[in-house]
Amino acid sequence: MKPAPFEYVRIDHPDELSALLTEHGPEAAVLAGGQSLMPILNLRLRRPRVLLDLSRCRALHDLTPTSGGLQIGAAVTQATVLSWPRLAHQVPLLALALPHVGNPQIRSRGTLCGSLAHAHPQAELPLCLAALDGEIVLRSQRGERRIAAADFFIAAQKTACRPDEYIAQAHIPCQSIDEGSAFLEVAVRVTGQAQVACAAIAGPHRLRLAVLAGQATPQVHDYPLLPEADLRDQLDIIARSLALSCASADDDAYRRQLVVSLGLNALKQAQRARDRRAAVDAQIMEHRR
Amino acid sequence: MKRWKQSELVPVQVELNGVQRRGLCEPRVLLSDFLRDTLGATGTHVGCETGECGACTIRVDGVAQRSCLTLAVQADGRCIETVEGLAQADGSLCELQHALRERFALQCGFCIPGILMTCAEMLKRRPLPEDEQIPGLLAGHLCRCTGYTDLLAAVRHTVAEVRRREAAHPASAPSVGVHDA
Ligand SMILES: Cc1cc2nc3c(=O)[nH]c(=O)nc-3n(C[C@H](O)[C@H](O)[C@H](O)COP(=O)(O)OP(=O)(O)OC[C@H]3O[C@@H](n4cnc5c(N)ncnc54)[C@H](O)[C@@H]3O)c2cc1C
Ligand code: FES
Ligand code: FES
Repeated sequence: MKPAPFEYVRIDHPDELSALLTEHGPEAAVLAGGQSLMPILNLRLRRPRVLLDLSRCRALHDLTPTSGGLQIGAAVTQATVLSWPRLAHQVPLLALALPHVGNPQIRSRGTLCGSLAHAHPQAELPLCLAALDGEIVLRSQRGERRIAAADFFIAAQKTACRPDEYIAQAHIPCQSIDEGSAFLEVAVRVTGQAQVACAAIAGPHRLRLAVLAGQATPQVHDYPLLPEADLRDQLDIIARSLALSCASADDDAYRRQLVVSLGLNALKQAQRARDRRAAVDAQIMEHRR
Repeated sequence: MKRWKQSELVPVQVELNGVQRRGLCEPRVLLSDFLRDTLGATGTHVGCETGECGACTIRVDGVAQRSCLTLAVQADGRCIETVEGLAQADGSLCELQHALRERFALQCGFCIPGILMTCAEMLKRRPLPEDEQIPGLLAGHLCRCTGYTDLLAAVRHTVAEVRRREAAHPASAPSVGVHDA
């Protein structure tokens, strides 16, 4: 098995990428970590004429903390993000979710931006970007535009990225210190695609739940601090409204059940994490006094 | 920028298990095929070519990854380690290979080159993993024969040996069950 023939370009500078995308448009494919694109090429599901490999482009390798968050370049691998020492402190949700993406041999090459570009409905990282109100910077010869996660994911594997554009970087806002996070997933194989995954963030006054259960794009739900019974009702509504197309009605029912139980557990875990963080903070304040 | 036409034969140079090797290939050739067909290093196995099975796992610049999801041209100038580099120069098996053999942990052996390269990296990075972390080492690999139990037992045995040696000679840094190629 081999990919169909293509011209290969190793990009050294971002301007080269913009120029070649303008020149070749939909006939070109951007190659980042290749952990989704290479299987597609090997199976000949796509036959791009030109492959634009950005993985050795130095300018796209930056992982930069900014005042409000984390700026992640197109060539930054999932492994690099996961091993960033301050990740668990600054964006705990991402630190909890990343270990669910494939396995270490996949994450060592797969990029965070590549996963966003691929926009697979079962992928964890688009879900996290949506839950965290992240943004994506799209670049072309026409200039740069910054787009919110909610507007970026249009349908399954369809994004706002136009044929002459590429994702230059993703912006992930830091989570506030008074928030707690949880990420729960059920997959047939630990390293495989999620059947259902839930990302929960609990703040002092609100709860957020992002649900991945086979819908085309990430779904984010915001709630006030509700008692458990009311949250369960809300989750029942989500579960019932899912348009599922599993192999059997049993699978559909199982998935709906998972949404309720994982969602509820994720929200509870996130609230416990928030309360633990608050307790530690209170101790530190006490100590200083 | 480097640009190669589709039918162009591109020179690719890698350091394979410590030896500089060169070959020519089209841009579309997978690193797994380049190793096996161009350089004749057939120790690396090819199963699914979609990243799922893990048989083709090698180390590139020390990091375990799928050679079926990398193009040979992308590996130009890199340092590659494959299963052929694990045994010592005199042909004696490394500790983990030895443990696999002692415990009958392989049957057809198809999955083993990849599993060894993943374990080589993981045990190098973390020579003494906690027991509950050991099954996770094999999470990215499919084995159709063994049922994994004996594979895990062999890894556990290797880790226990390293731990025992360390307890006997605490001064020396824990040496890895799989030595460096
Ligand atoms: C065995 C296996 C298990 C996996 N398990 C999971 C999992 O559990 N969860 C999960 O989410 N993913 C999983 N993946 C996919 C993996 O996370 C990929 O790394 C990711 O989906 C794509 O990132 P990449 O850098 O490899 O992109 P590539 O494969 O290089 O590209 C993917 C697509 O995005 C486009 N693209 C990439 N970068 C850009 C850019 N900067 N701008 C514009 N377009 C771009 C490419 O043209 C292509 O269409 C798995 C993959 C394998 C092989
Ligand atoms: S052949 Fe590469 S993962 Fe199966
Ligand atoms: S020993 Fe046969 S596939 Fe693992």
